[in-house]
Amino acid sequence: MKSAGEAADHIISAICDAHDNNPAALIEILHDVQGQKGHVPDGDLVVIAMALNLSRAEIFGTMSFYPDFHAQPPEAPVVKICRGEACQAMGALELADKFAAAPMAGEPVEVEPVYCLGNCALAPAAMIGDTLIGRADVARLQSVLADLKK
Amino acid sequence: MSVIFVPNDSAAVSVGADDVAAAIVARAQEQNIDIEVRRNGSRGMFWLEPLVEIEHKGTRYAFGPVLPSEVPALFAAGLAHKSPGAIDHPKALGPTEQIDYLKNQERLTFARCGLAEPLDLQAYEQLGGLAGLKLALKATPKDIVETIAASGLRGRGGAGFPAGIKWKTVADQPGSEKYICCNADEGDSGTFADRLLMEADPYCLIEGMIIAGLATGAERGLIYLRSEYPAAIAVMGKAIEKMSAAGWLGDDVGSCGRRFEIEVRRGAGAYICGEESSMLESLEGKRGEVRAKPPIPAISGLFGRPTLVNNVLTLAAVPWIMAHGAKAYAEYGQGRSKGTQAFQLGGNIARGGLVEKAFGVTIRDLIEGFGGGTASGKPFATAQLGGPLGAYVNDEMLDLPMDYEALAKAGAMLGHGGIIVFDDQVDMAQMARFAFDFCAIESCGKCTPCRIGAVRGRETLDKIIAGDNVKENLLLVEDLCELMTDGSLCAMGGLTPMPVRSAIKLFPDHFASPGADQTAPNAASAKL
Repeated sequence: MKSAGEAADHIISAICDAHDNNPAALIEILHDVQGQKGHVPDGDLVVIAMALNLSRAEIFGTMSFYPDFHAQPPEAPVVKICRGEACQAMGALELADKFAAAPMAGEPVEVEPVYCLGNCALAPAAMIGDTLIGRADVARLQSVLADLKK
Repeated sequence: MSVIFVPNDSAAVSVGADDVAAAIVARAQEQNIDIEVRRNGSRGMFWLEPLVEIEHKGTRYAFGPVLPSEVPALFAAGLAHKSPGAIDHPKALGPTEQIDYLKNQERLTFARCGLAEPLDLQAYEQLGGLAGLKLALKATPKDIVETIAASGLRGRGGAGFPAGIKWKTVADQPGSEKYICCNADEGDSGTFADRLLMEADPYCLIEGMIIAGLATGAERGLIYLRSEYPAAIAVMGKAIEKMSAAGWLGDDVGSCGRRFEIEVRRGAGAYICGEESSMLESLEGKRGEVRAKPPIPAISGLFGRPTLVNNVLTLAAVPWIMAHGAKAYAEYGQGRSKGTQAFQLGGNIARGGLVEKAFGVTIRDLIEGFGGGTASGKPFATAQLGGPLGAYVNDEMLDLPMDYEALAKAGAMLGHGGIIVFDDQVDMAQMARFAFDFCAIESCGKCTPCRIGAVRGRETLDKIIAGDNVKENLLLVEDLCELMTDGSLCAMGGLTPMPVRSAIKLFPDHFASPGADQTAPNAASAKL
């Protein structure tokens, strides 16, 4: 019988295989791992390193460079509020403060800064999961979060 | 049967387009009306999104911005059974193409955006797509390169380097292991043209990349697409599949015996990867640290091979140039800025969206004529041109023409064509601080002027904002700006001083706290 660890290794190996174990595809591989697990667990780095014939340090170096990748699962839903200049011009900083003060009735939310979501004509912009929100205000962010919980 | 268009562009969806489309389908079913809802790309008039269009006798009529709750009233007013021009409703805008914002543009690259469903390859061809590629298949690589050179097309990513010279350099390198890398890491705040184009007209970019492959001898193309654009990633992936199935990508492009394949690679949230050498590192699966130049990527780029790195908008301009000729393209624009530019109006602006216009249009025409001034209705204070590394301009500079050289002469830059408008509530000392802050957060860390300079700049701005030795600290900032400009490896550290210096120069009273420091140069006129 396979241990849980070996089964997890198998998932990672399959992802690397799907990218031909190509070191150049490392960022795609990390995205795929995070897509499946919600984060990139520390123990998976060595499995990826073996598959791509790189060192664990190289995998860690790349992973830690990019803000998208997380070694720990998020503790709460992540709300990205854009802090780019266009959104600042429409009160994004005030929105972030207001939302952080009253995210959801008693429930934790992680508010992360992001710099431009490409929705600068409908600022301020925010993103929850893959859902982009234009002309964001506290009520709209709360309603998208509530929809996601359903 | 009426055809109703509701965009599936992510900006339109971000303000409720999916709900509007669902409400239209539900209402039509309820009333037993036979309609077809098509999800087109956006026309780029974002302030009108969700923009609903109805086709009637070959003309499309616009309604917007439509709220889901307004759909029943629109049906009651006669949507889907009355002639749309005769519908009396506050959101009725008349024929779409007659809306001034759209009518006054010169759309070449973006001509098809919003007309059809983005993945409808047949519609793409009917609307003029693939004409450039078909001509390119009959031309020699040399002819294609000469056409691009003669058109005067310059890099639309920001640097404005002549595309023809870059293409020729790659074409002249021996061997067939060459790459076309499309930079779709559109990270500049205030820009969304790449996203709009990829979501609305993905085949246009693919066609441009295939033509670049034919011209340079490259057989592989990669699109480095930022992860913040999940919809664009999905559309481009599907568009590549459809182009492959139709024989325009693969081992035998358009039955000409040449190979060309394209792959989408996701970015991972690092702004610096929009810098070309950092993007190449990222495409190799590494940390996105910039490379020292030379060698230039055209000679030694991805995996050390000759690589053509072009922005989305540069490559997307290519099919039009091939189809209509270099001369037709060069007739637009002025001086050494030929053709059209996709200007993107964002921030505090009444009518935000995309304006494709020949070079030479003034900043005022864009902000006031197209954009309608500030969204808040408060007086205009400043606009930042060309993204987070671009200069701020004030009211007196609004009559400058948008052209690479004219802006450079005025100490500003066009960048990727973004224009971010601010009203008079803006605090320019905070914006200067933000420029350093952004650089500190996004610096790749390879060179000291950028890595350390940004942090020191932010600290010094904090002191200035607190009123601590303002005069001396402003001198320090100026000194630091000079060092970052001259000593940084790439444009991240090299151009961060641009917004900082322009803010200090144009708005000196924002940098002098009242009462805190009487020696400040503008203490007398300090902002209250």
